Amino acid sequence: MLAFKLALRNLLGAGLRTWLNVIILSFSFIIIIWLKGLLEGWDRQAKNDMIKWEIGGGQFWQASYDPFDPFTLLDSHSTIPDVLSDSVTNGTLVPVLISQGTIYPNGRMQSVLFKGISPEQKVLALPTLKLKSDGTYIPAIIGSSMAESTQLKEGDYVTARWRDKNGTFDAAEIRIACIYQTNVPSVDVGQVWLPIDNVREMMLLPGEATILVANKEGWKTEKSDKWIFKDQKTLLIDIENIIKAKSFVGILIWAILLMMAMLAVFDTQVLSIFRRQKEIGTYVALGMTRGQVVQLFTIEGAMHSVLATLVAAAYGIPLLTFQAIRGISIPVESKDFGIAMAAKLYPVYSLTLITGTVIVVLIVTTIVSYWPSRKIGRLSPTEALRGRIQ
Amino acid sequence: MNDEVIITIEGLKKHFPVGSGRFTALNGIDLSFGKGEFAGLIGPSGSGKTTLLNIMGTLDSPSEGMAIILGESVGNLSARASALLRKSQLGFIFQSYNLFQVYTVFENVEFPLLLQGIEASKRKKMVLDALEWVGLTDKIKSKPAQLSGGESQRVAIARAMVKKPAIVLADEPTANLDAANSHNILQTMEKLNRELKTTFIFATHDEKVIGYVRRKIFLFDGKVAKDEKIEKN
Ligand SMILES: Nc1ncnc2c1ncn2[C@@H]1O[C@H](COP(=O)(O)OP(=O)(O)OP(=O)(O)O)[C@@H](O)[C@H]1O
Ligand SMILES: [Mg+2]
Repeated sequence: MLAFKLALRNLLGAGLRTWLNVIILSFSFIIIIWLKGLLEGWDRQAKNDMIKWEIGGGQFWQASYDPFDPFTLLDSHSTIPDVLSDSVTNGTLVPVLISQGTIYPNGRMQSVLFKGISPEQKVLALPTLKLKSDGTYIPAIIGSSMAESTQLKEGDYVTARWRDKNGTFDAAEIRIACIYQTNVPSVDVGQVWLPIDNVREMMLLPGEATILVANKEGWKTEKSDKWIFKDQKTLLIDIENIIKAKSFVGILIWAILLMMAMLAVFDTQVLSIFRRQKEIGTYVALGMTRGQVVQLFTIEGAMHSVLATLVAAAYGIPLLTFQAIRGISIPVESKDFGIAMAAKLYPVYSLTLITGTVIVVLIVTTIVSYWPSRKIGRLSPTEALRGRIQ
Repeated sequence: MNDEVIITIEGLKKHFPVGSGRFTALNGIDLSFGKGEFAGLIGPSGSGKTTLLNIMGTLDSPSEGMAIILGESVGNLSARASALLRKSQLGFIFQSYNLFQVYTVFENVEFPLLLQGIEASKRKKMVLDALEWVGLTDKIKSKPAQLSGGESQRVAIARAMVKKPAIVLADEPTANLDAANSHNILQTMEKLNRELKTTFIFATHDEKVIGYVRRKIFLFDGKVAKDEKIEKN
């Protein structure tokens, strides 16, 4: 207890020097928490957007469907099994028929995925109602990234070419009925959404689908089924891995910041021990053991981070709360990131994140403070009193 | 004067390693001090005054011979035991005061009592008493940087005396002070010596100090050259 009291007295007595360190430490506290909160917020928002736009409550995949192998697409379709047909009828499962094809916007050629979906579906956030037509044209909807890369505008007609189930090429004009904004690149880049009836007709695959998107979780794969259920978790693994990889950069920045903050403490300690030799000698002369002096210096160093926690809380809580509510505008195009990223991110600060950071910083400062202080333990008090230590 | 012996030094030698050899700073010292003495170790620079004082203060240990302070043999004390002895029975006064710069005068004087774990109200009284002895009750809240040299040394005396130690060891306490201040603090110490029966041992070559001590121990080349007691009234 005495050591804490003395350490606090010494720190507060040292004034500006202490507060400089404390402020540097508190900055890194805030930046560390802010950075991690941003990543966590991004992670959460990316997953939510994926669920809203693409995954739904999970998906049934036709057994041979492999999203990473477009060449299998020709074989990855089946009719909807009897056990699921009711759910499809009442809209809790939304069938999507996927096929490969090419469009020719402005004379250029671009290979795309045609995705047939019911205009009435309510499971995904896609504006599929725009896929309703009077039957005089084939309506299509595309995302804004796709629109930008193809330079297509709403109302434009573009030639679409595909191979039907027999491998025969066929072509038609489709009309861009709507361009939508989404943060999820996988429902935007290279994707052309059409009414499922049109795609079935084009492919000569009446009543068939490649995947069935569920409106909520809790489906299971039936035995001996051609359809395999992938739950949300499985479908989000990729994004989880990407975010993990991105977090690595975050951790790196985190570590660098932490190291800088620790360097400040370490520096102060080394300098302290050098500058305060006489003081150390005096402590011993007045009846402290060298061990107690080591303890005092360690606590003094570690207490920087306790003070920093308080200071960081004082200006950090309002600041971070403000950002969590207002969100942070991201100047980067989401498609450059390959995963969903909104123009505005809302950081999420969990209790684990905050207490975890505080504890880690506290432990590290204690170690960093103890390390140079050990020297005091080997010091001769008479040398210290003369101020002669190198 | 009391006959009770509180420091006994016999055949004390202190060697310091220097390069590949060693330097003998104390070369066979035999001395004893009784309770209540006001003694000076006098000698030229390098004669071993500080070294001897450090050993008596348990900050250093003898290379040969023995030094028994208040019944404890300095060479055999554990770190903890010697710290305890300094904490409760020994006071130090340094040439450069060695006050804690970030503490107020009050906190400086309070420090030894904090180490002893004395409770707050009692502590306060003791600190005020000690500051009264040295005539500094009006500077309680000042920081050392705001004090003159004489005032600083008086704070240091208060800090050494606040716990009423058996022995105060003062290494060149007047070396940084002018004549008036030197006399002032010497008179203060003399008064405390008389009133509290505290033993004072000085290391000095200051004529002013020599004028006050009642025993002059002349050191030369690590040996006691002369040891004379002066009866004063
Ligand atoms: N740690 C040490 N290592 C080597 N030599 C030392 C050490 N401490 C003291 N000495 C030497 O021992 C001798 C006595 O030193 P000491 O400090 O006791 O002298 P002093 O009488 O106090 O001198 P001064 O009046 O200058 O303070 C000196 O020659 C000094 O150089
Ligand atoms: Mg000396």
